[in-house]
Amino acid sequence: MTENKRIDAATGTQTVGHEWDGIEELDTPMPRWWVISFWATIVWGIIYVLLYPAIPMLNGATPGLWNWTSRGQLEQELKAETLRRAPVTRALAAIPVEQLAGNEKLYQAAIEGGRAAFKVHCVQCHGSGAAGSTGYPNLNDDDWLWGGDLPAIHTTLTHGIRQPDHDATRFSQMPAFEGVLSAREVDAVVGYVQTLSGKARPNAISASGEAIFANNCASCHGVQGKGMREFGAPNLTDKIWLYGGDEASLKTTVNKARYGVMPRWNNRLDPITIKMLAVYVHSLGGGEANAVPDKAVAPDPAKVVANVRP
Amino acid sequence: MTSKSETGAFSHKKLERNVTLLGLCALGAVAIGGIVEIAPLFWIDSTVEKVEGMRPYTPLELTGRNIYVREGCYLCHSQMIRPFRDEVERYGPYSLAAESMYDHPFQWGSKRTGPDLARVGGRYSDEWHRAHLKDPRSVVPESIMPPYAFLAEREIKVGDMSAHLTALSRVGVPYSREAIKQADADLVAQADPNADGEALKKRYPKAQVRDFDGNPAQVTEMDAVIAYLQMIGTLVDHQKAKAYEQPR
Repeated sequence: MTENKRIDAATGTQTVGHEWDGIEELDTPMPRWWVISFWATIVWGIIYVLLYPAIPMLNGATPGLWNWTSRGQLEQELKAETLRRAPVTRALAAIPVEQLAGNEKLYQAAIEGGRAAFKVHCVQCHGSGAAGSTGYPNLNDDDWLWGGDLPAIHTTLTHGIRQPDHDATRFSQMPAFEGVLSAREVDAVVGYVQTLSGKARPNAISASGEAIFANNCASCHGVQGKGMREFGAPNLTDKIWLYGGDEASLKTTVNKARYGVMPRWNNRLDPITIKMLAVYVHSLGGGEANAVPDKAVAPDPAKVVANVRP
Repeated sequence: MTSKSETGAFSHKKLERNVTLLGLCALGAVAIGGIVEIAPLFWIDSTVEKVEGMRPYTPLELTGRNIYVREGCYLCHSQMIRPFRDEVERYGPYSLAAESMYDHPFQWGSKRTGPDLARVGGRYSDEWHRAHLKDPRSVVPESIMPPYAFLAEREIKVGDMSAHLTALSRVGVPYSREAIKQADADLVAQADPNADGEALKKRYPKAQVRDFDGNPAQVTEMDAVIAYLQMIGTLVDHQKAKAYEQPR
C-alpha cells in the first residue's frame, strides 16, 4: 500500500491515497448541507444543556439557566387554566345548585363541565351514555331511588350511597329474607311483586303473597309498592329494574337483598365539579323540578307536570 | 481531514495499527458512557423524594400484585401519571418516585391500551371490580379487556408468604421481623370480614380489611387482586405531599 494522494481525473476529486492492486478510493467531501446540520446539532446540544436540566449530579441534574421543570410547567398550565375558568367557577360557587336552572348561560356551562367530569368519573359504572347496567342505575330515565331533583342528585353525588365511615351518606338496608321467609313465601311475594308492574297475571300464588308483602315489604316499598325515596326503596310498580325483574333475579333480591354502593365525591372532587355533575345528570332527561319551589325561580308549571313521577 | 490525522501528534494511523492502544482508548470511551448511566444509581436514595405514608405492601396486596404481574396487566395498563395537564385532570395527582420505591419490579408500564391505574384505589367499589374482572363488557360495553372470571375460583395457597417477604426485605423493603413472621396470618386476616385486623393495621397503616370478592368462605385470587387495586395510589396524602412536590 502506498501513500499517493492525487486528483482523480475523471471526477476531479482527491483520492485517499491508498491503492490496492490498482484500486483507489475517492475522498469525496461531505455535502455542505450535511456538515452544516452536523455542526448545528452540536450547537443545539450545547444550548440545550445550558438552558434545561441535563447533567446528572449527586442530588439530581443541573437545573439549567431557565430552571425549567415538568412539574413547574404543569403548575403554570393549571394556573392559567384556572384563571381562564375563574369567572365561570366563581359564579358557580356562589349560586345554590337549585337556582342554577334560572341562569341559562351558567346552566349551559355547568352542563358542559359536568359532561367532561362525567366521562372521567362516572362512565365506568353508569356507562358512557349514562344508561347504566345491571346494578348501576340508568340516569336517563325518570326513575330515581333517592330523588331526582337537583338538590337530591347533588346530595347523592356529594355523600354517596352506603359509604362506610361517612355519617351523611345515603344509607338503607333491605333485610335479606332468606331464613325469615320460607321458600314458598318467597315464591309468593315474588309472584305478587311481579303482578304490581303487570309482569305477571295475578294467580293463587301471587294472591297469597299480598299479605306477606304488606307485613314485610310495605313499610319501605309502600302499601302499593310505589317505593319510598327516604329509604331509597325502589318503585316496584314500574318496569324499571335495577337488578332484573325476572323471577330468578327477584328471588335473589328478596333472599339476599342488594346493597349497591356509590362513592361519595366530596373527598375527591371540588364542590364546583360536583355541582356541575349534578346539573349534567339532571339534564339527561329524567331530572325533576325542585321539590320545594324556591322563591327566586318559580318553576314552570308545565315542566313540573312533565317531570314529576306519577 | 485525512492529512491532519496523519501529521498531527495523535494520529489515527497510529491508533488503528496498535491494538493495545486501540483497546485502551475504546475502553475509555465506553467507560464514560457507562459511568454516566451507572454512577447516579449509587445516589438514587437522595434523588427519591421523601413522602409520608408509604409502607410496604401487605401480604394480600403483594399476592394481588403478583397476580397482576402474572396476568400481564402491565402490558395494557400503566401505573405512572406523568405531570401533564391532560393526565393529571383525568387520572389524579401525578405519580411520585417514592410511590413505587417498594415495587420489585415496578409496574410503570409503557403502553396504555387500558387506562392508567396509578390512582385507581378507592375509585370504584369492590362490586364493580368483581363485575369488571369477571366480564369487563358488563360494565364497560366498549372495553376490549379479557375476562378474568377464573380469579374468583382459584383459592390462594397460603404458606410461603414469610419467604416472599424475607426475599423482599433482602432487597431493601423494610418489613419488620414481626411482619415477616405473621405474613401468612396477615394474608388471611385482611380478607376476613370478621377478623379485627388491628394488628394488621398497626403493621400496615391504611390497610383495608374486608372480604373483597363477595365470598367470605375462601381467600381467592379475586380477593388479592381487588385488595391490591383498591390500595394503589391511596397511601400518600397528596395535599400533604404538596410540599415535597415543589419544583426543585
